[in-house]
Parts: sequence; structure tokens; C-alpha cells
Amino acid sequence: MDGRKNIKIALNIATLLVTAVFLYWGDSVLSPFQKRILNLAAIFVILGASMNLVVGFTGMFSLGHSGFMCVGAYTAAILTMSPESKELIYYMEPIVPWLKNIEWPIIPATIMGGIIAAVFGILVGFPALRLRDDYLAIATLGFAEIIRIIVTNTISITNGALGLKNIPSEKSLLFYWSFCIITIIILKNLINSSWGYAFKAIRDNEIAAEAMGVSVFKHKMLSFTIGAFFAGIAGALMAFLITSIDPTMFRFLFTFQILLIVVLGGMGSLTGSVIAGIIITIAMEWLRFVERPMTILGMDIPGIPGMRMVIFAILLLVVVLFYRQGLMGTKEFNWDWLLDKLGLARNRERGIS
Amino acid sequence: MTLETFLQNIANGISLGSLYALIAIGYTMVYGIIRLINFAHADLLMVASYAAFYGILIFALPWWLSFLLAILLTTILGMSIEKIAYRPLRDAPRISALISAIGVSFLLQNLGIVLVGASPKPFPRPENLVWNIHLGGISFLSLAVIIPLITLVLLAAVNLVVNKTNIGIAMRAVSRDFETASLMAVDVNKVVVTTFAVGSGLAAVGGIMWSLQYPQIDPLMGVFPGLKCFIAAVMGGIGSVPGAMVGGFLLGMGEVMLVGFMPDLSGYRDAFAFVVLILILLFKPGGILGEHVVEKV
Amino acid sequence: MSAGKILSTDSITMKFGGLTAVSELSLDIYAGEIIGLIGPNGAGKTTAFNMITGVYEPTKGKIYFKGQDITGMRPDLITKAGISRTFQNIRLFNSMTVLENVMISKHVRLKANPLDAVLRLPRYIKARREHYEECMELLRQVELDDVAHEMAAALPYGKQRRLEIARALATQPSLLLLDEPAAGMNPQESLELMDFIRQIREQFNLTILMIEHHMEVVMGICERITVLDYGVTIAQGTPTEIQNNPRVIEAYLGAVESNA
Repeated sequence: MDGRKNIKIALNIATLLVTAVFLYWGDSVLSPFQKRILNLAAIFVILGASMNLVVGFTGMFSLGHSGFMCVGAYTAAILTMSPESKELIYYMEPIVPWLKNIEWPIIPATIMGGIIAAVFGILVGFPALRLRDDYLAIATLGFAEIIRIIVTNTISITNGALGLKNIPSEKSLLFYWSFCIITIIILKNLINSSWGYAFKAIRDNEIAAEAMGVSVFKHKMLSFTIGAFFAGIAGALMAFLITSIDPTMFRFLFTFQILLIVVLGGMGSLTGSVIAGIIITIAMEWLRFVERPMTILGMDIPGIPGMRMVIFAILLLVVVLFYRQGLMGTKEFNWDWLLDKLGLARNRERGIS
Repeated sequence: MTLETFLQNIANGISLGSLYALIAIGYTMVYGIIRLINFAHADLLMVASYAAFYGILIFALPWWLSFLLAILLTTILGMSIEKIAYRPLRDAPRISALISAIGVSFLLQNLGIVLVGASPKPFPRPENLVWNIHLGGISFLSLAVIIPLITLVLLAAVNLVVNKTNIGIAMRAVSRDFETASLMAVDVNKVVVTTFAVGSGLAAVGGIMWSLQYPQIDPLMGVFPGLKCFIAAVMGGIGSVPGAMVGGFLLGMGEVMLVGFMPDLSGYRDAFAFVVLILILLFKPGGILGEHVVEKV
Repeated sequence: MSAGKILSTDSITMKFGGLTAVSELSLDIYAGEIIGLIGPNGAGKTTAFNMITGVYEPTKGKIYFKGQDITGMRPDLITKAGISRTFQNIRLFNSMTVLENVMISKHVRLKANPLDAVLRLPRYIKARREHYEECMELLRQVELDDVAHEMAAALPYGKQRRLEIARALATQPSLLLLDEPAAGMNPQESLELMDFIRQIREQFNLTILMIEHHMEVVMGICERITVLDYGVTIAQGTPTEIQNNPRVIEAYLGAVESNA
């Protein structure tokens, strides 16, 4: 094979190795607080990338991501909590018997969180994906609310509004970032496959895609379900990271934050979602200072709750009004670009993937 | 259910339905003209309520003056939002305008939290506007009469404007075919701004009425009424002013009756509107009074 | 039914609300023909295309393709059955290259599932390589191979039109519907287009139904012509018959003169 290809394979392996070493090293030297933020970033990257698949690559303006996340989080939490904590926490109404004694390890429970969320994705997708644009947006937003309301009201399964506590905790970088990296690789391969092109064809021109023989509904369903699956995975990871969840967490506000990542990174760029996911997570933590009381030049300034979201709302508006492409537009990072910059052996065959 | 509670529910349903109708008109007009779900419409309710609240409590204005100023302020805000956040995106993909609308909505909500705090405040009820009426076995607030009355008057006024004035005729032309209308020397910007002004003014009236009826205000108070009123507009047939009225009444009455007849389902009250929305979109996407539009290819 | 009949529409009618866009249109098209569908703006020509390709379901009437009833079938299934089309207002996939535009048609025939693609399994890679070769060959045949890796949106107008046709050919149709292929072209380009259409008919063994306003193109290339006015079929016949038909002249006068 040509030289470029071998170089790229070597670079990919090297990157993975370096990342693995960094994660391993980070697990032992970083503070719990730093690790928590990095893990949160991994979760937001998964959320941003999976929402981008639906919104940016397939052109479906779905606002239901927080609902699928909610399903994943609850599935994973219920599957992993010990029977003793379940007895303790479900004091309004005892948990249904068939869930009472289940206690799974966290990795299968995470994947199950994704699967159940995907099942919800199919259930929601069947009616909702017949709609377009803003009708799709409002319907998916409605479905996410319905999911949340169901979770609040099915007390013998979810413990209702009280939420769940004592969910097994997982703190390692390796765990969260492995899920994140695998998600990105899967989504990247999908987007660069002929399915990915079919998604983009639907986004660019639905009627032409259909005229080319692409079954639009089937492909929208596929994209939407995969999006829901990864939202569910992210929800499960969130449950293990913060160890207590309740239905109010999964309000539309959450989808707003993910939307911000997608728009800031660039609708239709996975690279953009990765970068924006990390930036937004860190900014969210860093900007906490504006909500805390502080002293500037001897003046006491009281903390201003809500200020962070004001900043994020303005950021979203600025991006959509003035930099509609976001950070990356529809461009992706790739080795070819980097190697071209470095002037290394140029020998590429494009178009097949 | 006794006759009294049934009548009580009817009274509640009528006030809630009128409120929904009033707010839904703004959604339906804006959507009819620029095909945008104006998410910020919901938050205008909140802005109007706080303006009225501070007018009465801080500036000690008479309630009617405070209400008028609040309506004026909200109208100006609505027009500014159109100019700043929507107009630059008029030729952009629809998703962009929708994202902008969501951004404005979050900005208003969180500015609200920053400026007035997240905790709810009690909204004052002027004594000569809100009193108890006893009729046979049931008692209800004067609002159960005043709100529907105001809604009917405003609806009649809007209908008059849309059907009889020049700007109304221009509005209908733009709503039918934006591009052709702009080619035919209709001042599209003027039409859009007027639409936002009327819609925002109605939202302000709706918000103040809402706060009188449910006298607790907080920065997120607009979110659910907003979503539901959009749903009401879709139910009635988006773009149709009488449709918004019908949708609003049906939705309000339906919600109250759902809780009245099936108290077990009261936890699902907020889901009811969404279920209705999804059913309408699937089976009668044009709404009750709307016409089904076939996409041009 | 005659053996060579490939498409027949049996009094298809399309109503939008109170408006009748197409009324009782009956077409019979035989294998290998080039048929023209003409008429003033708003006569219902594109609506007829949309009914044949499944974008609209006719209010009334039936459509048969190779003897099979395709009325109201989904557009993608009609494409798979062998009818392909281009659009009056060009509808390319603008974020993709020329080659990728054409390769979409092969995705539909792919015998692999998304998991194969994600895992990059050999059978997926092999299938895609074959598709790549096939599509490059097609682009060579229509002389677009030199711009295969250009973005579709960046092509000059004439090449975009040609790509629309190439993309339709990639679905391996037996019936090709062209919606105003010569729109916006000068006389020289129109002439080349006529040669191109004749050439692809031979090369790909096609039957062609086309909507066109350029009279010299229609009269020069079509074997039979159907004329619509306000949704109603006012004439059917050979180009000479159509040119001498008083009703057509009456309905069409302005357009014929301005193009003549």
C-alpha cells in the first residue's frame, strides 16, 4: 500500500497509545476535582457528537436528547444499585419485585442504558420522524418532556420525584474516556461510510435523496436511534459520575447545553463537537466564579446565580448570528491535512471510504 | 363529581382556555408570517408580569398604568428581538433561526434569574379587578369573566386589523407567499415588525392575566404556558387566528377536565398537551381550522 | 397492452385544495422513445412528474410502469423499480463531491449493514471499491471524471445540470424523466445537450420523458409530444402535428415566438 496509508495507521495507533498513557497517568496524579471535570467533558463530548449525528449530519432538528439521556441514566442506576440501597431509597413506594434484586456491573449496565434509550428512540422516532424542521423540534421536545413526566410518575420503578441516590460511583478517567473514544470512532466510521453519505444526502436535499432511491424514513430512523443510543450511554455515565439523579436534571436546559456544543463546534463536524464539548465543560466549571461572591479592588461583589447561563445564551446567539459555521463548519481534523501542512509524502486516493 | 364541582371546572377551563387562546394568537401570527416558532414569546409573558409587578410595588403606580406600561415595554422588547435576533437570519436555514429563538428564550429566562432572582414572588391582585363572585353553589374569581371577555375583545380587534386594514391585508399576503409579496412592493419588514408588535402585546396581556389568575411569578413561569400555547396554535391550525382561539379553548378545557374527571392522572397533566400535539401533527397536521399545505417540489 | 409499452398513465388527476393542477392526463410511452411534455408555465408538467415519481399521490387515476401498478408508491421504491429523474431547480447534494453525489445511488444496492461499515469489514470495503469503480466509469462516460473530486456546489451551471443527469443514470433506470434540462442554456449548449441526450439513450438503453421550454430542443429531439394547458391535455402528436395544431398555437403563442 502507499506510504501515506501506513503513516496514518501508525499515527492513529500512536495517538491511541499516548492517550491511554495519559489517562492512566492522569488517574494517579490528577486531583479528584480535575478528574471529575475531565470525565464530565467525556460525557459532553459523547452528547455533542451524538446530537450532531442527528442534527448536523442528518439535518433533523431533534430536541429530545435529554429525554434519552434520562432513560439511560435511570436504566443504568436501577440496574447497578444494591438491593439494600434500593430498599432504603424507595420509601414512598417499594421498588417492583423484578428489579429489586438486580445488581449488575457498571459496564453492561451502561450498555443496557444505551439499548433501552435506543428502544425509546425507535418508539419516539416512529411518529416524530414523519415531521420536519420546527415541527420535529417541538414534537421531540414534547417527547422528552413526556419521558420526564413518566419517570416522575412511575414511582415504583424510578422512585419518582425523589430521584435515586447511592448509585455506584466510578471515578477513573480511563472508564469515561474509553467510552468517549469508542463512541467517536464508531460515529466517525459511520459518518464516513456510505450510510453517512446517505444521511448527508438527506440533510442536503431530502427530495433528491429519495429520488436516488434512498429510503428516507429508514435512514432517519437509523440516525435517530443511534443518536438516542449514545445519549443513553452518556446518561448512564452521568449517573455513575454524580451518583444521584432526579427527573428535574433532564429538563430542556440540558438539551440546550448540548445544542450549544453542536452549534459552537459546527453542525456537521465531529471534530467540532469534540473540541466544543471539552471547551464548554471546562468553561461551565471555570465560569462558576461569576456566580460566587468575590472581591475586586476592595469591592465586594455578591455572587450572581444564573450568570453562567446568560453568558452561554449570549454565546449561542453570537455564534448563530455572526459565525454560523461555528469553530469547524463541516470540516474534520484529519491526518492528511496535518501531513500536507508538514509537506510529507503526498499520495492519496480520495473518495473511497 | 357533583354539579357544583363540574361547573367550577367549567369556569376554570374557560379562564385557562382564554389565557391559552390569547397567548396562542401571538405564536400563530408570527409563525404564519415568518414560519418560526418564536420560543421567546413564552418569556415575554414573564417580562410583562415582572414589569407590572415592579410597576405596582416599587414605583407605586396605579395597577392600570403599570399594566399599560408593562404591555408597552414588552411590545418594544418583542420588536427588538425580531430586529436583532431573527431578521439577520431570514435567509438562513430554518434551523438557524430556530436556534436563535431558543437562544433568546434562554437569555431572557436567565437574565430574569440574574436580575430578580430565581425564587417566586407573589403577584399583587388589585381589589377592584379581582374579587370573588358567588353564584348559587359555586364561587369563582371575577377573572373567570374578565379574562374571557378581554380575550374576545382582543380577538375581535386582531381580526379587524387582519381583515380590514392595509397592514392586515399585507400580513395575509406575506403569510401566503413571502417572496411574491416582497416582490409586489409589500414592505415585508414593516409587516413582520407589526406582527411581532401585535403578538408581543397580546403576550404581555396574556402574561399579566396569567399572573393575576395564578399569582406566583418566577423567571421560568413562561416556559410551560408558552409550549402549551404553541401547541394550542398548532391544534387550531397554525397561521389561523380563530384557530388559535379554538385550540386554546380546547386545550385549556381538556386539561382542566382531565384532572377533574381523572384525578389519578393529575401527575400527567403537563404531558396531556404534548400527547395532543403529537396526535394532531400525525393525523391532522393542518390543525382543526387550518388547511393542509403541500410542499412545493 | 402493447408489448413495448413502458409507462402508461391512466387519466391521472392531481388536485390541491380547490385547484386542479393536472386533469385526466393519459400518457403512453413505448420503450426507447423520447417524449416531450410541454405547455406554458403552471400547466402542470412538473406536477405530472411528481405523480409519476411518487412525490405526490394522484387524486385520481392509475400509473403503470412495465405493467405494474405504481400509483402512490414511495419515491425511493419507484426509483428502485427503474424510473429516475432530474429536477427543474437543480437539487444536488451540495456538501458532497461530484463522485459522492453519484455514489449515493450505489448505497441503496449495498449488501452490507451499518455494523459492517463501522467495523470496516472486508465485504463492505470490497463492495465500496466496486461502487467506486462503477461510478468513476459512469463519470468518464458523461465526461465529468475530471471534476470527480470537486464539490458539486462549485461546478459551473452547465456541469451541475450534467451531474444531475449522471446522478439519475447511476440508479440504472430504464425510464428517465428530465425536468427542463436545457433551462438557462444558450443555443450552443442546447445543441450539445441534444447530442448528449441522444447519446445516453443509446448507451444506457433508455426511454426518456422530458419537460422542456426550448422549442428547438423539443422539436429537434422528441418523437412525440404531449401539450398541457392549465392541467388539461390539449394535444398529443408528432412535432410537426403539434407545430400546426391551432389550439397549441393559441395556448402557447408567446412562448413559441420568443423561443423561435
